[in-house]
Amino acid sequence: MTIEVKNIVKKFGAFAALDNVDLKVANGELLALLGPSGSGKTTLLRIIAGLDWPDAGEVSIDGEDALARGASERHVGFVFQHYALFRHMTVFENVAFGLRVQPRAIRKDEATICARVKELLDLVQLDWLANRYPSQLSGGQRQRIALARALAIEPRILLLDEPFGALDAKVRKELRQWLRSLHSEIHVTSIFVTHDQEEALEVANRVVVMDKGRIEQIGTPGEVYDHPASAFVHGFIGESIVLPVDVSGGSVRLGGRPLNIAADGAASGASQLFIRRHDMQIGPAGSGALEGAVRHVRSFGPIQRAEVALSGGEGDTVIEIDAPRDRELQAGEIVSLQPRRYRIFAARD
Amino acid sequence: MSTQSGLVTAATELRVYAPAADLSIASPASRDAGAHARPLASRSDLRTEPGPIRFVIIALAVTFLSVFVVLPLVVVFAQAFSKGVGAYFSALAEPEALAAIQLTLLVAAISVTLNLVFGVMAAWSIAKFDFRGKTFLITLIDLPFSVSPVISGLVFVLLFGAQGYFGPWLQAHDIQILFALPGITLATIFVTFPFVARALIPLMQEQGTQEEEAAISLGASGLQTFFRVTLPNIKWGLLYGVLLCNARAMGEFGAVSVVSGHIRGETNTMPLLVEILYNEYQFVSSFAIASLLAMLALITLVVKTVLERRLDEGLVPHDH
Repeated sequence: MTIEVKNIVKKFGAFAALDNVDLKVANGELLALLGPSGSGKTTLLRIIAGLDWPDAGEVSIDGEDALARGASERHVGFVFQHYALFRHMTVFENVAFGLRVQPRAIRKDEATICARVKELLDLVQLDWLANRYPSQLSGGQRQRIALARALAIEPRILLLDEPFGALDAKVRKELRQWLRSLHSEIHVTSIFVTHDQEEALEVANRVVVMDKGRIEQIGTPGEVYDHPASAFVHGFIGESIVLPVDVSGGSVRLGGRPLNIAADGAASGASQLFIRRHDMQIGPAGSGALEGAVRHVRSFGPIQRAEVALSGGEGDTVIEIDAPRDRELQAGEIVSLQPRRYRIFAARD
Repeated sequence: MSTQSGLVTAATELRVYAPAADLSIASPASRDAGAHARPLASRSDLRTEPGPIRFVIIALAVTFLSVFVVLPLVVVFAQAFSKGVGAYFSALAEPEALAAIQLTLLVAAISVTLNLVFGVMAAWSIAKFDFRGKTFLITLIDLPFSVSPVISGLVFVLLFGAQGYFGPWLQAHDIQILFALPGITLATIFVTFPFVARALIPLMQEQGTQEEEAAISLGASGLQTFFRVTLPNIKWGLLYGVLLCNARAMGEFGAVSVVSGHIRGETNTMPLLVEILYNEYQFVSSFAIASLLAMLALITLVVKTVLERRLDEGLVPHDH
């Protein structure tokens, strides 16, 4: 099922939660809405589900105007951030709920409902919990029951609000992989909201990066990571070093000192230079665009993370870089830094 | 409430005399009341007072309760049975007594039912929706608690009495409100209005709207959502509110006294009849009726304790 969102505007008082948002989701996609809190991602999800209504704009699901229907008629599976399991019902009854409230004309008989619930509990690998109550489950188990409950109505699309937000790190990781494989198994068009970039990049086919009620970039995880469309995306996804620079006539200056890098067609004026931490090549003093003194080095796993105080910049600019451990850095050492890859964006105010 | 075990009775009775309107378990009143019982239970870290002091404190609490709660109760029953069991039951079988019991039950049935519906609606709208004037509405709901019952009754006299705003109109259309069932019921509804709403608002606010949203997204209609999700979640709180509402409806004296007109065998509720009989020196009859009200109170207390336990279980946060 495809989803199409056109020119959606949603205001809460004077605050624009969504500001002219357009989005197309293809059939069978697993899409991530990624952004900081307050970026409007959950609002967009709730509007698609029918739990909120836009002030202007269109939403269509499979070519059909979704705004003409209420949430109960949209056939959309929604998994809530805090699961919202029915606390007075057993796991079994929670999953069966969507089947039991169907209009009498199409409601299945008890045996069919039973079989379907068992099938779903098998799918989420929690059939042994059927008679428990939600309060007796762990966070990860609740999450999977919430998913099974949403899938019970055979939804046209599946929407998940911060599906892993309330879980601890280890369970999160497991559930991510599990969600991916579940999606490739059932292949229902899915959108999930997250503020965790790693989660978005690891799980989704496509990532929608949002900020302040607008979509900043839509692309595959590789695209948004390697080719960020804006300073916001570069700063939000992956860890970046940001340096205030001046661009004029094709040359880039940091604190008045010219840097030995090309402006790459960036417009003249106050700008920001973005470099990934691991895209900084370390060399002996005097060989690169930047120079600085190593302050601290912490080594773990395959990398060493060094704090370097740049010389020549305004005041004391300290940056953190990740370097391979082929040559161990020493605190106090003067090194040169040459960005292997970088992006220049006009400075934001 | 799992912390009390040793002094269960003392603690529960103390708790009962916390303001009925304040249902939050963490209310200062109930905290203080429970504190006496706590040292004997699992919170042994609080067991800092030396033995003799603890003994004195407990003895004081028990004496206080005996004098102010147990003794009056005993007196009521002793007086009621002072001329024997036969006299007790024949006092209750008097036509006047039967009429009062009947009227009380009828008034309570009507006002509790109506307040159940109004209370659920008010709590629902306050807890689940945001709208202008919400704080004002909450204040309004509390009004009957802050107004003296006599004033509440007088309001209805001012409205429906012969010299009242609607009096002439009502007279012209031959509608009797004051000194009749409608007036007594109206006054009772007014006085008992806050109980159900007050019991439900904090509960419903705590539960939020997510479960309802989940139900709707799963295809449930508004009514299905209410009866399958909202109502089961608030059932213990609702019963609690209804119970207190009923106890007050049956026991209300002030407001009813003003609007009743004290027509014997017609507009006297049980509390009014107790007073009348007492003033006429018919002690056995008076205390026999009073013993019924006392029993109602005792039953209410027991059920209330059970309900509070269920509510506590329900309030254990089910996520975070």
